[in-house]
Formats: sequence, C-alpha cells, structure tokens
Amino acid sequence: MSNPSMNGAKVIIECLKREGVEVVFGYPGGAVIPIFDAILDSSIKLVLTRHEQGATHMADGYARATGKPGVALVTSGPGATNTLTGIYTAQMDSVPIIVLSGQTVTPSLGKDAFQECDTSGMTFATVKHSYLVKDPNDLPRVMKESFYIAKTGRPGPVLIDIPKDVSSGICTAPFADSVDLPGYVVPTRAPAADVEQAASLITKSKRPLLLVGHGAMISGAQKQVLELAELLNAPVASTLLGLGVLPGSHPLSLGMLGMHGTVYANKAVVDCDLIFSIGSRWDDRITGKLDEFCKNAVKIHLDIDKAEHGKVLQPDLFLHGDAKLVLDQLLPMLERLPTDEWIRSIESWKKKYPLSYPKQGGLRMQHIFHTLQEITGGKAIVVTDVGQHQMWAAQFIKPEAPNQFITSGGAGTMGFGFPAAIGASFGNSSGLPVFCISGDGGFQMTLSELSTVAVQKRPIKILVMDNRYLGMVRQWQDMFYEKRYSGVDLEGSPDFVKLAEAYGVEGMRIKRPADAERVLRRALEITDRPVLIHCECEQEDNVFPMIPPGAPISSMIIEPPKAKLEKPTGST
Amino acid sequence: MSHLNPAHSISLLVSNKPGVLVRIALVFSRRGYNIDSLVVSPTLDSEFSRMNIVARGNPDTLVQIIRQLEKLVDVIQAKDHTGESIVERELALFKVRTNSGNRTELLQIASHFKASSLDMSENAMVLQVTGSSEKIDAIKSLLEKLGIVEFIRTGKVIMARGDDKT
Repeated sequence: MSNPSMNGAKVIIECLKREGVEVVFGYPGGAVIPIFDAILDSSIKLVLTRHEQGATHMADGYARATGKPGVALVTSGPGATNTLTGIYTAQMDSVPIIVLSGQTVTPSLGKDAFQECDTSGMTFATVKHSYLVKDPNDLPRVMKESFYIAKTGRPGPVLIDIPKDVSSGICTAPFADSVDLPGYVVPTRAPAADVEQAASLITKSKRPLLLVGHGAMISGAQKQVLELAELLNAPVASTLLGLGVLPGSHPLSLGMLGMHGTVYANKAVVDCDLIFSIGSRWDDRITGKLDEFCKNAVKIHLDIDKAEHGKVLQPDLFLHGDAKLVLDQLLPMLERLPTDEWIRSIESWKKKYPLSYPKQGGLRMQHIFHTLQEITGGKAIVVTDVGQHQMWAAQFIKPEAPNQFITSGGAGTMGFGFPAAIGASFGNSSGLPVFCISGDGGFQMTLSELSTVAVQKRPIKILVMDNRYLGMVRQWQDMFYEKRYSGVDLEGSPDFVKLAEAYGVEGMRIKRPADAERVLRRALEITDRPVLIHCECEQEDNVFPMIPPGAPISSMIIEPPKAKLEKPTGST
Repeated sequence: MSHLNPAHSISLLVSNKPGVLVRIALVFSRRGYNIDSLVVSPTLDSEFSRMNIVARGNPDTLVQIIRQLEKLVDVIQAKDHTGESIVERELALFKVRTNSGNRTELLQIASHFKASSLDMSENAMVLQVTGSSEKIDAIKSLLEKLGIVEFIRTGKVIMARGDDKT
C-alpha cells in the first residue's frame, strides 16, 4: 500500500486508525508534541489523563473490557518512567496494551539530554516486546508488528519508543499489511496425540475439576468451557481473572478458588482425582504449598505459552495451544463421566459452607457487594482495586459473562482500579453499568483521575470502600504479627464525598447496611455522568476463608481463628 | 554452588538487532544462571546472528530458560546441545613469562598441544591454542607452573555434525 510522504507522527496516527484504535489515553510533553499535533486531525479520541500511570491503566482497562489493544501515549523521561507500573501490571495479567513514548532526538540518545532516559532499556524485563525506532521509515512496520505481537498468542504490553526527530521526520515507506516475524509463532491447535491422551486421562476420572483461568477468557473459550463442563458434568473453579468464563450463576460454578476462594472450590481441589487447567498458570495464590497441591490428582495443563510448561509444577500432560481451538479438538472425544456422587459431595459442601459474613456491627463491604450482586444479577462491569475489597468482590459478585470482572491479579497493583474503570467505560459497548470498587488506600493512589472522569463525563459508579486502614496488610498483622499494626493506619483521608464534589463529581454516602440498596439504585439511575459513593465501612473486618500463604489448601481457615497463628512461610 | 552444576552449551539463532543481547541476558540472570562464555557471530544471512552460550545452573531451570528464550520475539531458535555429539572448539591466548631457563619447556608444551607462538619477546611469549575446552584446561594447568601473565579464551563455538543444522 502506498504512502504519500507524511511525517512520522501522521504515519503513527494513520497506523492506529488502521488497527481500529478509537481512543488514546495520553499525557503530553516536549518529546511527543508532534504526535499530539497529528492526533488533532484524526478521528481518534484523545483522553487527557492526569498522570501517565493512569493512562496505562486506562489502556489496560479498555483492553480487558474489549479484548482489543489499549493505547497510551506519553512523553520521554518521567512520562515514560511513570508508565512502568502500568506496563508491568499488563504484563503480569497478559493484557495487550501499546505504550507510545516520546524520546529525545536520535543524536542525543545516551547523552543525558533533557528528559532523556533509556526507556526501552528500563522496560526490557516487563514488556512482551519493545522497539526503539530510529528511522521514520521503520514506523509502518513497527506499528503493524506491535499490534500483532500485543494481541496474539499470550497477549502483553508492547512499548514503542519514538525519538522526536523520528516523529517529525518524513516517512516514505508503505503501510504494512502483514508481519514477517520468524521468531514469533502463534500457537493454535495442540498435537493430536496429546489431545487423545488428554481425552483418555479425562475419561478415567470420577472426580474431575476444571480450573479456568484468564487464558480461557482471552481465547474466547467460554462456549467450549460451558460445553465441556456440562458434557462431563464436571465442576468448574475459576481463578480471580477467570471469573465470568462460566456464568457465575451456573450450578457447576464453584466461584473462585485459592487463598480467599470458596470453601467448596478448595475442597474440590483437595478431593479431585483430575484437575484440568485451562489457561491458568498455577499461581501461588491458587496452589498454596506446592508439594501438597493435588498430590494424587492427574494434572492436565492447557496453555498457549510453552514457557508455562513445568514453570511451577510438572503436569502429567501439557497441551500446548489456544484454549478455544484445543477444546474444540477435545470435545468430540469425550462423553459424560460418572460424576453423580462427586457432584453430590460438592452440593453438600456448597450447603454446608456458603459464603457468609456477620450481619451484626457496622457496614460491611460484603454486604455492599452482595447487594450489588442482587441488584445487577451479575450484569455489570466491575473493576476493582487491590486488597480486601477485591477479594470480597471476587467472592460475592458473580459475573455472568467474560470481561465483566476486571482486576489486577498477578501484579496486585493498588491504584489500578479507578483508571482501569475509566478505560473500561470507554470500551464498554454493552450498555452495562460500570462500577469501580476501590479502597481508601488504592483510590488515593490515582485519584487525580477524578478530573479525567469529570471532564469526560464517564458514567461510572466509583465505590470507595473506606475502612481507614490498609485492610489486607492490617489483616495479616492482626493474624500473624500479634496485631502489631505498622504503617496501615490511613488517618487523614479526606471526606470522599466533598472531594468528589470539589471535582464536580456527584458524591453519595453509605454509612449503614440499610443505606446500601437505596444508594446503589440511585447511582444506577445516573447514566450520563460519574458518581462517587463513599462507603464508611467496618474498620477491622478480615477476609475469610483464607489459606495462609505457603500453607497447604487443606489448612484453609474458614472462620476467624481464636488461637494465635504461626507466621506464614509463603513469601507474600 | 554453581560449580556443582554441569556446564550447558546453548545455541541461539537470533535477529541481528540492538537490544537482543540484553533481552537474552535478562532471562539468564532472572533465573539465577551464570553465563560462563558468550560468542556472538554473524550468520550467512545478515538478518540473523548466532549465539553460543555456555552457562551453569540447575538443569531443570535450564529447560525453563530455553522455553523463555524461545518466547522472545527476536529469538528464532534456542537449543541446549549438552550431551549431543557436536563439533565444538575454543581458541585461547596465553601470555607466559619466559626466560632462558624455561623457554625450551614452554616450546615443548606448545608443540605437544599444537599451539602456535604469536609473539615472542625477551620476557614473555604469546601462545595460541585451539581445541576442546578440556584441551585448553589441560595446557592452562601446565602453563600455570611456568607463570601465566594473562590469558583469554573465546568460549565455545559449536556446530552440529554431518549435514544437520545446528
């Protein structure tokens, strides 16, 4: 395709359009002015954020809500360094984002010029791939490759560092229609012999468990997972990032497993005779003490990333391929398993150990999420921050479809939730309401984006769960460090309603459990602008069930312990 | 600790671009692998480079490292050749202190190992020796007795036998 000579910046914007980009989250600076200039003449919406970290989390939230790459545009030096947390967050959770960073002019590279930094060098360890473009004529190829790499295979962040003389220079190279990457092969189907072996292992199982992770969601395998679960009559446990692959209301759904998972999901892990992981990576939050994890169960691991094979544990069988395509290969080889007895045990655990919370005392986050679930029926896009509220949200909110529960899993990035919710709302074409659930700690890390949400009039409902503590750390100090609270008291937090109003955002308040439904319903009626709800929560509430870090799943704590606990052996 | 682990000969075919070496080195360092030697060479196709790496570490971890190397966009092929029948060679230069008393012995050692003398002065001689890593280790231990001033070795270069490709 021919390219009438344009400057690099115009080529970049044209490439974004060709990739279907509708919105770019950015913050300008000297080295990136040419690209901000070029975007003015395009149909792409520029969302000015208030911090570059916010821009990357917005791109991330947009990508998770849509499955399409999100784009952040920042300047060099501090602009670029401020994106590191967002890039790392996207890398840990396999989210396709493109970060375009400005750079000083090529002759000044490596000479400590103003706002120069070795951006690609700094990000090597935390990107899927990156480029430092030194010739405007490389731009069409680099842009094409970046989007292809970000969104295919196991997705991830791609950084493109663009010196100012490259974005200002003339590009005469044609736009690229395809990529030529001999070192990058996108896995599709698994070898037939492996699939046959999987079928034969599954057929022998009497107590199978499907473990569904983010990989299943990214692959779009929800139909296949549902079909597999129903065909085998096998229960499905979900990782934090896999919630919504199987509808939360499905009778075979066990909800989330792991450290703060449901009792029935974790009991199923302990008792199953076969565990089939579909796009999960055996995170330490799931396995607990590895030596004792599913010791006697057959383990089948399906992953698109070969480097996951044997990284954490050695499965009996590794299926290398795309979840959706591999399940399509596998399904015709399977039939219903004799699982009636197994399902009966699971049903009895569900009855015996339902998710619950104390009804006495002040406002509990669990009550708010339970109410939210009742009102929306799981038909909402929920974006959380990190901490206690995140775990309770994962327990009580049951998304009915993929891409409706968005959260920072692998990285556990506080400050992610609010900007990610803004990004998700830009990508939301479903008409579902978008809720941001954050804590008083995480919200204050990126609250500068209140300006962004106000200016952009994004109709998100921002729930700030204020317990005046960094609750998860406080819980660990309570349980494992003799209640010696250190650095967790969030004294001095503002009145979040007044804060919202200062930005021109409507503020509401929930103080008592009885307020929750009324206020949430009122917030749902507002569909043309943001609203912030300050929830004044019980201060010292702990998340249960809990498997202490590094402990075997069987040592799950179901109710608040009376005796003092050993310090955990797991790292974090 | 690392010396208890066997040395692995790894061959990589990579894109000939800046930054590739850093990406590869990061995979080794993140998994606690020490690189003993590294050789980078052009290939017949100027778009690619060949890397030969000798590294020590836990063998199970190496399997992971190879998979993580293969995952890099700029790595076309990564292979551990340890235990395979391959052609492997190293080249080493030794500068040895000489005097009238040890010159004869030095030349005898050089002749035995088919080492060639590249430079000779009143007090020192530079020898070049090629061969397997074991051969270079052997001449090194003999020369140490005569007094090595400095030495450098290239690290292993390897190639598959027959018409197989490395």
